[in-house]
Amino acid sequence: MMHENYKVIKPKHGLIAIDFKELWQYRELFWFLALRDILVRYKQTVIGIAWALIQPILTMIVFSAIFGYLAKLPSDGVPYPIMVYTALLPWQFFAHSMSSSSQSVVGNAGIIQKIYFPRLIIPTSAVISGFIDFCVSFMVLIGMMAWYRIMPTGNMIFLPFFLLLAFMSALAVGLWLSALNVEFRDVFYIVPFLVQAGQYLSPVAYSSSIIPKKVLYLYSLNPMVGVINGFRWSILGTAAPNWYCIGISFVSVLIIFVGGLYYFKKMEKTFADII
Amino acid sequence: MNKPMISIRDIGKKYLLGVGGGERYKALRDVIANSVKKIFRGKASKESLKQIWALKNLSFDVKRGEKIGIIGSNGAGKSTLLKLISCITEPTEGEIHLRGRVSSLLEVGTGFHPELTGKENIFMNAAILGMRKAEVKRKYDEIVAFAEVEKFLSTPVKRYSSGMYVRLAFAVAAHLESEILIVDEVLAVGDTAFQKKCLGKMENVTKEGRTVLIVSHNMPLILNFCQRTVLLDKGKMVSDGKTSDIVQQYLSMARSGSGEVVWKNSEDAPGNDIVRLRSVRIFQDDKTSSTANVDISKDISIEISYWNFTNDVSLFAAIQLHDKMGTVVFCSSSHKSISSMYDGWYGRLYPAGLFRSVCSLPKNFLNEGMYSVTAIVGRAVADTQIMEKNVVVFNVNDTGEMRKEFYGGWAGVIRPRLAWQTQKIT
Repeated sequence: MMHENYKVIKPKHGLIAIDFKELWQYRELFWFLALRDILVRYKQTVIGIAWALIQPILTMIVFSAIFGYLAKLPSDGVPYPIMVYTALLPWQFFAHSMSSSSQSVVGNAGIIQKIYFPRLIIPTSAVISGFIDFCVSFMVLIGMMAWYRIMPTGNMIFLPFFLLLAFMSALAVGLWLSALNVEFRDVFYIVPFLVQAGQYLSPVAYSSSIIPKKVLYLYSLNPMVGVINGFRWSILGTAAPNWYCIGISFVSVLIIFVGGLYYFKKMEKTFADII
Repeated sequence: MNKPMISIRDIGKKYLLGVGGGERYKALRDVIANSVKKIFRGKASKESLKQIWALKNLSFDVKRGEKIGIIGSNGAGKSTLLKLISCITEPTEGEIHLRGRVSSLLEVGTGFHPELTGKENIFMNAAILGMRKAEVKRKYDEIVAFAEVEKFLSTPVKRYSSGMYVRLAFAVAAHLESEILIVDEVLAVGDTAFQKKCLGKMENVTKEGRTVLIVSHNMPLILNFCQRTVLLDKGKMVSDGKTSDIVQQYLSMARSGSGEVVWKNSEDAPGNDIVRLRSVRIFQDDKTSSTANVDISKDISIEISYWNFTNDVSLFAAIQLHDKMGTVVFCSSSHKSISSMYDGWYGRLYPAGLFRSVCSLPKNFLNEGMYSVTAIVGRAVADTQIMEKNVVVFNVNDTGEMRKEFYGGWAGVIRPRLAWQTQKIT
């Protein structure tokens, strides 16, 4: 009779399958690591998790003032602040999750060198902890909608899909960067640039309606373009997004995600040795 | 059901070291530069990489409920072996078959986050070790009681003493319901009472049929706890068998067989910026040549040489002598009230320089057999700076001086020659 915990350890080659059964066994760890991130991040701060509210609010004020009030960019018929905020929510979720997940593997070097558990949990739980912040800052949006008297539309049912897309985008980039970071510490310097450039290459401070038709498809290769347009559409009920653009963003996320998974799985067995 | 819990088959682990062994991080720049070089040279600059086999062709089985010790000097591959068994790193060749869940207790508080409280860390650590929340909840009180930290559960562990830290870490890992428990040199910290408690716990664990693997430099622990021991050296198995035999073999192999250990390179020598060992040696009549085989009927001298780097400190030297079972036979130091002879340097301020302290053991005092020396150098009264365990090992050989009337072996750790007198009373 085979023992229920029978396991063979030997060198693995080629394509490495993801052991979903094992991930399921460790399912609580996703949450624990995310919770630890959150607890640690706000320990010894005075206002704690309220930072998750203040950051997007301040950014929203700055963007609305500069792009809405001074530059007078179009806002698709909704108040500029709320247009910015609906984009800031997924964008900050993406940016924070991507940066913390890119540092996650190296940041957990101690545990990685001492204890075995499925390594995929590490970057994933970094994204989950970003998601917790997202949920907190989402409450501000509800307040703002009440203030501006904007009723949610039926499109709202599509929000989870775009949320999932945002989650996948953050994880996709996080998988690549966290695995690369183990070997190349250069990643540490690339991430802030990615965040900064990404903010301007995504329709965060402006509406994507100002993007010229010529470059629209190229522009949509950025996964966050699809996510943000989707967010605005499903929350504010602005003009329906260009579904081709969403499709392009979706395919682009999928490719980065699958590639990231492959690269991560390929590299994870060497993490403990080279970290 | 009687299949071995762990079968290790021809396992090997290769590491690549850069020249100088120090290249830990690769920078993108180097990779790009190397790729460019590759194009021009037509092959990779493989010559710059050195291969090291941390383990090679290692095979053995561990039975269910067995307590097995793994010993060897530093760099023997002990920790690599544990890392392979616990899946942390992948073998380069060979296979390991496990018939049970493995949990490892490696180093103090791995996975503890200093900012989190004791309670948070219990759940956190348990989850990392693969324990379910329900399982932890069930055992929570037991874990807390075992760790003796009831009062500090809501204190961040960064404010814990190292003893509390170890206790909590051990408590969590020891309550895992895994079939195989891996222990790497954890009991080095913690007080004696807690060490005893841990050993008791591990003893119970094996009674429940769980298997325990221990890596340790602590020979008494290995001797007391493991029936079987594997000795590794430079990534290969030297021997595998009854613990007492293997430990004896290891001790005689350890450091030197010549009764002398000299650190040629002062950076490798044990010590710090205050004092550093230079050599420890055993000699008898001939002061110039050390020996690992001493004659029971002659005085034995144990010499500790050390560098003192700062001016005007008062130092002392001390030794601890262990028998082959690891029991401390005695401790002795150069303190005024301990030394039977006045040590001229004791209490004086030492200038920087090289010093030598010699302790003389009387003849016909130790029993025959093997002893190992722990060398200690300290400042002032009790400020120990160096404590190097099992530096030198020597064998006391019986010349028959005390066995002219009978030929059997003498029992006992020591064999002093004492005064006897018999009188006729009536």
